[in-house]
Amino acid sequence: MSGRGVRGAGHMEQISVVARRGFLGSAAAVAGAFSLGWTIPGAQAQGVANSAATAAGGVEVGIWAVVMPDDTVVVRIARSEMGQGTLTGLAQLVADEMDADWAMVRAEYISPEANLASKRAWGDMSTGGSRGIRGSVEYVRKGGAAARAMLIQAAAAQWGVPVGECAASESVITHRPSGRTLRYGQVAAAAAKLPVPTDVTVKTPAEWKIVGRGVKRLDTVEKLSGKLVFAIDLQLPGMLNASIAQCPVFGGKIGSFDAAKVMGMPGVRHVLKVDDSTIAVVADKWWQAQTALKALPIVWNEGANANVSSASIAKHLEGGLDAKEAFVGLKQGDVTAAMAGAVKKVEAVYGTPFLNHATMEPMTCTAKWDGTTIEVWVSSQNGDASLAAAGEAAGVPLAQVKVNKHHLGGGFGRRGHQDYVRQAVMIAKQVPGRPVKMIWSREEDMQHGLYRPITMAKLQAGLDAQGNLVALHGRISGQSILAYIAPARMAGGMDPVQFQGWNKEEFGYQAIPNLLMDHAMRNTHVPVGFWRGVNHNQNSIYMECFFDEVAHAAGRDPLAFRLGLMGQMPKLAAVLRAAAEKAEYAKPLPAGVFRGICANYGFGSYTAAVAEVSVSKAGELKILRIVAAIDCGHAVNPDQIAAQVEGSFVYGLSPLFTSENTVEKGRIVEGNFDTYEVMKLDQMPKVETVVVPSGGFWGGVGEPTIAVAAPAVLNAIFAATGKRIRTLPLKHHDLSHA
Amino acid sequence: MIKLNVNGRVHDVDAPADTPLLWVLREWVGLAGTKYGCGVSVCGACAVHMDGEITRSCGIMLGEVKDAKIVTIEGLSADGLSHPVQKAWLAHEVPQCGYCQSGQIMAAAALLKGTPKPSDADIDAAMTNICRCGTYQRVRAAIHTAAKTGAA
Repeated sequence: MSGRGVRGAGHMEQISVVARRGFLGSAAAVAGAFSLGWTIPGAQAQGVANSAATAAGGVEVGIWAVVMPDDTVVVRIARSEMGQGTLTGLAQLVADEMDADWAMVRAEYISPEANLASKRAWGDMSTGGSRGIRGSVEYVRKGGAAARAMLIQAAAAQWGVPVGECAASESVITHRPSGRTLRYGQVAAAAAKLPVPTDVTVKTPAEWKIVGRGVKRLDTVEKLSGKLVFAIDLQLPGMLNASIAQCPVFGGKIGSFDAAKVMGMPGVRHVLKVDDSTIAVVADKWWQAQTALKALPIVWNEGANANVSSASIAKHLEGGLDAKEAFVGLKQGDVTAAMAGAVKKVEAVYGTPFLNHATMEPMTCTAKWDGTTIEVWVSSQNGDASLAAAGEAAGVPLAQVKVNKHHLGGGFGRRGHQDYVRQAVMIAKQVPGRPVKMIWSREEDMQHGLYRPITMAKLQAGLDAQGNLVALHGRISGQSILAYIAPARMAGGMDPVQFQGWNKEEFGYQAIPNLLMDHAMRNTHVPVGFWRGVNHNQNSIYMECFFDEVAHAAGRDPLAFRLGLMGQMPKLAAVLRAAAEKAEYAKPLPAGVFRGICANYGFGSYTAAVAEVSVSKAGELKILRIVAAIDCGHAVNPDQIAAQVEGSFVYGLSPLFTSENTVEKGRIVEGNFDTYEVMKLDQMPKVETVVVPSGGFWGGVGEPTIAVAAPAVLNAIFAATGKRIRTLPLKHHDLSHA
Repeated sequence: MIKLNVNGRVHDVDAPADTPLLWVLREWVGLAGTKYGCGVSVCGACAVHMDGEITRSCGIMLGEVKDAKIVTIEGLSADGLSHPVQKAWLAHEVPQCGYCQSGQIMAAAALLKGTPKPSDADIDAAMTNICRCGTYQRVRAAIHTAAKTGAA
């Protein structure tokens, strides 16, 4: 297969044009990137790729599977695995359509350069927005079905029998009339020579054998022995190591640094300017580089941003709560008139801070420049974007870039942004001929993130004489992700992502006759990005906690109150009912135990949660139980869905309890996990996951349940204490009660 | 040269005595299974056994190790799979991204050595490693399973 010519040279130019516009380097580089309009690959997509599997004697049957002589099926994966299980889920989808023997299925990454050279036959590599599976599901299944058809056709030809007399199961093709069999490995070479069929039909859900089962992940074993090589673990011959310092104040620049002071330190090779705000020390070993970097005298030109603090940012945002000018994300009826006629009004102001992703593996990238080609080794949420960023930084055409993808030591949206790839390339360009591994210290990682944006929200509700909610106004004041990361994707200055959960597609309570959701954009100098769950996280806290306030004011049960307004979204109502039922909502709780509920629709999935808590008189909170329900349509791997739901509660409850990033003198205060406190095992509530796959659609899994973690607990805290907590984290609040 | 006993083998390490054991393991000995997470002994990704005791290797310097026997994730079992904790981890599908799991597994193995049948409170107290993916629920379940199958 590797002897075939690479097709589509003309397309490469098109991609280069796009890259020059900065599209790939910035917009596609972010985790939440939308479709860039490339043709969605189908079964007919053509491509060739040399890979570990082909090098080991496998042959490509179509583009999505390599069949090895021993019948092992290696499924090609274009998305990135960062713990969310997408690699296994995608392999399940391909293998099922292939009728492969799951016990013999493995997976490998397709390289970004192979994807580029093959007209992006493997589709979008970006892995974010919980789209890893739902965004690939159509074409990967067709790819599997095409491979199956090719294998059967090859066997039929070998036997000289009609294809219709042959059937495949668990990697074996049977000629039904004669009972003869051939294994996939025996016919793969012949199958690979056949044209890839374009008219394949995929299985119906009833025909699935591997999809829908909680099969074991394909990537667990190497994570138990320390053998998995994360990007930070890479060792190459002649490799040097780099540690970097960026100006602590965002927007500041290098003033000066005194390289001579550290050049004599052990192992130190170079002290380099990486860009206007970044300095690197390159040494034989990273610890030597880091030690020298700490000793390096640096003067920063911090600039005007050094005057910014959390207090000044809070003032800035407060000004947006009642500002006249605001972008409208959802409008229905006439809120002003309805509010004027309301018998009872409820109003509350909420707020949430900046939050760092804090992936366990700090930002890391290795780059090698040989004078012509730039090669990088990286854990990235978007192989295409890493390729584009490396090419841009090196100043070479994309055809002179190689990207080696590693599994990610956590992504959460941070590794969609390619700043660290660019830096590694800028360092390598100054040290030609040797690979340089750049590792950010944890402090660098904490203080140079792309934080979950800081926002506040003012919510106002109007009730009529019967206690019906007739008007709802949600005003967000705060920072826009797109304004920082991809201004080109904004719509007339508006950031549509800001309204996640509050827009026409996702807002669950559109039975309210008069609605207004708007956003007063208040940007800061702090870089922001897509943080797992993105704006659903805080929007859901604001809305679902406020809904609890309104239900309370209306004297209604919070569950019935919500269900009564969810008419246009029956699947959201169903998932909320499922959570309530599992939590035995109708039954009274033991003395001292209190309950909170919430629901949200996001990333194409319906979610709900019930939290049971106790709060001692002295204010000690215990989360006794969480029931979380998700309807993601088709459930590819229920056990991995449960794992994602459980993990979502850690990602969602850490900022409820303790996590926050604050700003003093223009810089992020929290420098490590001692001050940026995240949840540990002793705080982990028991999470019972209810997967309610209603079928008919493919919803996301990695992010949606984060949005229901904090509001359920906050509503339970109110039930227990009578206290409404409207700003996070809880560590700043006293939950003691009479 | 400083002698260092890792996974039953003595290495001559040409690093200053004030180099953290974590970086000695990763960069001088060449065992990268022990991870860098925080460098300030908070996250536990770098946990190893030092004479059987759970130890955060970023916080102990090469010169302090002396003749203590270090066991890293690579040395926990011969095949990387057969320690009862590793088996339980596989059965419960604990890892997500996997980055913190070396430290989690080493901490769990040390806990079970000292407390073969740990209570939930024992697990709470011993398992202070940070996992950002949020595998805690399965870590707890897997420790209970390993305790049943005998980890000591």
